[in-house]
Amino acid sequence: MTMPATASGNQGLQFEQPLIFEQDTRGATAVDLPALPHTRERLGTLKNTQAIGLPGLSEPEVVRHYTRLSQKNYSIDSGFYPLGSCTMKHNPRLNEKMARLPGFADIHPFQPVSTIQGALELIDTTAHWLKQLTGMPAVAMSPAAGAHGELCGLMCIKAAHVAHNQGTRTVVLVPESAHGTNPATAALCGYSVEAIPANSEGRVDLAALQAALDKHSADVAAVMITNPNTCGLFERECIQAAEMIHAAGAYFYMDGANFNAIVGRLRIGDLGVDAMHINLHKTFSTPHGGGGPGAGPTVLSAALASYAPVPFVVHGKDGFSVEEHAGLGGAQDSFGRMKGYHGQFGVFVRALSYMMAMGADGLKQASGDAVLNANYLLARLSAEMTPAFAGPCMHECVFDDRFLKGTGVTTLDIAKALIDEGVHPPTMYFPLVVHGALLMEPTETESKATLDQFVESMLHLARKAKAGGAEAEFRAAPQFSPRRRLDETKAARKPVLRWMPPTAGASSQAAE
Amino acid sequence: MSQIRFTKDHEWVLLDGKIATVGITEYAQSQLGDIVFVEVPAAGKALSAGGEAAVVESVKAASEVYSPVAGKVTEGNAVLPDAPETVNQDPQGKGWFFKMEVANPADVAALMDQAAYDKYLAELNG
Repeated sequence: MTMPATASGNQGLQFEQPLIFEQDTRGATAVDLPALPHTRERLGTLKNTQAIGLPGLSEPEVVRHYTRLSQKNYSIDSGFYPLGSCTMKHNPRLNEKMARLPGFADIHPFQPVSTIQGALELIDTTAHWLKQLTGMPAVAMSPAAGAHGELCGLMCIKAAHVAHNQGTRTVVLVPESAHGTNPATAALCGYSVEAIPANSEGRVDLAALQAALDKHSADVAAVMITNPNTCGLFERECIQAAEMIHAAGAYFYMDGANFNAIVGRLRIGDLGVDAMHINLHKTFSTPHGGGGPGAGPTVLSAALASYAPVPFVVHGKDGFSVEEHAGLGGAQDSFGRMKGYHGQFGVFVRALSYMMAMGADGLKQASGDAVLNANYLLARLSAEMTPAFAGPCMHECVFDDRFLKGTGVTTLDIAKALIDEGVHPPTMYFPLVVHGALLMEPTETESKATLDQFVESMLHLARKAKAGGAEAEFRAAPQFSPRRRLDETKAARKPVLRWMPPTAGASSQAAE
Repeated sequence: MSQIRFTKDHEWVLLDGKIATVGITEYAQSQLGDIVFVEVPAAGKALSAGGEAAVVESVKAASEVYSPVAGKVTEGNAVLPDAPETVNQDPQGKGWFFKMEVANPADVAALMDQAAYDKYLAELNG
């Protein structure tokens, strides 16, 4: 299908919006400042001799520019967003309303603690419920995102090993089914990483884990397991894994990014876990993806609790106070500080609002609905697509590309064609252990009607691919988006990162 | 006499005397798709068998390239960081990743030969 060319370059209400610098009209301005009173020039030779190149636009032009850019966004507010491993779910508006209360929004971290008792109580209450929901005795609230929480957990583990004269342990074991940030975190913490293969079910191979523990004997500092893992599967043998890990003198880090699938149903403290971060944007509905910031509170076992980073809220004799200094008072063994101020306070407000609005029964239903929705997709899509692993799954389901074999159509083509269907494509080519993977996480906040519409789109594309002869059509997708298929290779090899003003005699020229 | 051998991770290794040249196979580059970034090891780096040696990133994924055998890097392919597409164009020729002095040439002989690797690929593609 070829679209008729338009003189403007716009396609209906899809505007071809130039960069703001390209809309520069010299002298145009949105503000009319009074002339400066006479002042003495003190800059001398440092005085700027050239224009600094800011674009001149009127207020309506600026408003129109940014409104149009905002309309190019795709977000959970505008449509279904089944990105696997990311949990793109609805952010309740109540959370936002609570976060804007002046008592939470208009305070400053440097205020005397006597004037912010309510805010400290909120941090303490959020911490309380995170501990209750995980069955863990302590939580570090300051990590600023999931991977930062991983780092917090591993730094606690490192501090514990050092305190027990085990600082020579240098290896962290990470299964293939773990999140990609896990090996990165271990490396950042100075550990060498060894991968543990998955078994044919997509789960951690306990025999391989034992072999790796034996091989490195007294060198293993920690094992990091994501549960549920990135194949959307529950790691059933965590308790045995924990026993093996502890017998080797190592600590058990659980990646809690997928806690949203088990909250209210399982306390990870009962599995023998020593540390786990919780992505508040995944489990507790705080904004995700550009709308952040993130927050990654990290729950700790009794063995690690005393090494938690400062600051943390404590109950003092005059109300709440804050332990701010490692090595002093109640923070004797703390490994130090990893984040300015008190963590992502505004995110705590949203997370606690969600917990209180949902209640324990609501949280349990949310994790159940998340798993139910993923299994609904798994069941219906299995009619035409090939699941990578036998169900049931947890909160996400993963398909491989066996159903496309011999069609000439790839996972990438299916993803691009989904854009034409008005859906954000699922995660593709991840997890790496699944060939041509499509990883889908519908989340609990989608209705059956939305899921059915998505299923119809997916089945339609799968049937079309399998019927044959549609290769060229798939390769041409997306056809209805503001831009057609982008050249990802060229974008990666020759990125254009900076706009440069057109030089005299040349048209607009971009620097590489 | 030179001999080419393969690993299950789709690296090839060509041994000439004590010096082995290592790269990724045609199958590996076809699976990765367009390669956009390559990091090769510096000369002098000690490598263990199965240890991480290089990094290759495509539009699909970032992957490690493992050392097929133990030894010491003598040269990284200086062309690749600026021209990663060389790996797509000529994976088993100009797109080699690094050369190494192998600790024990017999380790190379123990890897899969061309016939065994072809059979392995046929099984993978079932």
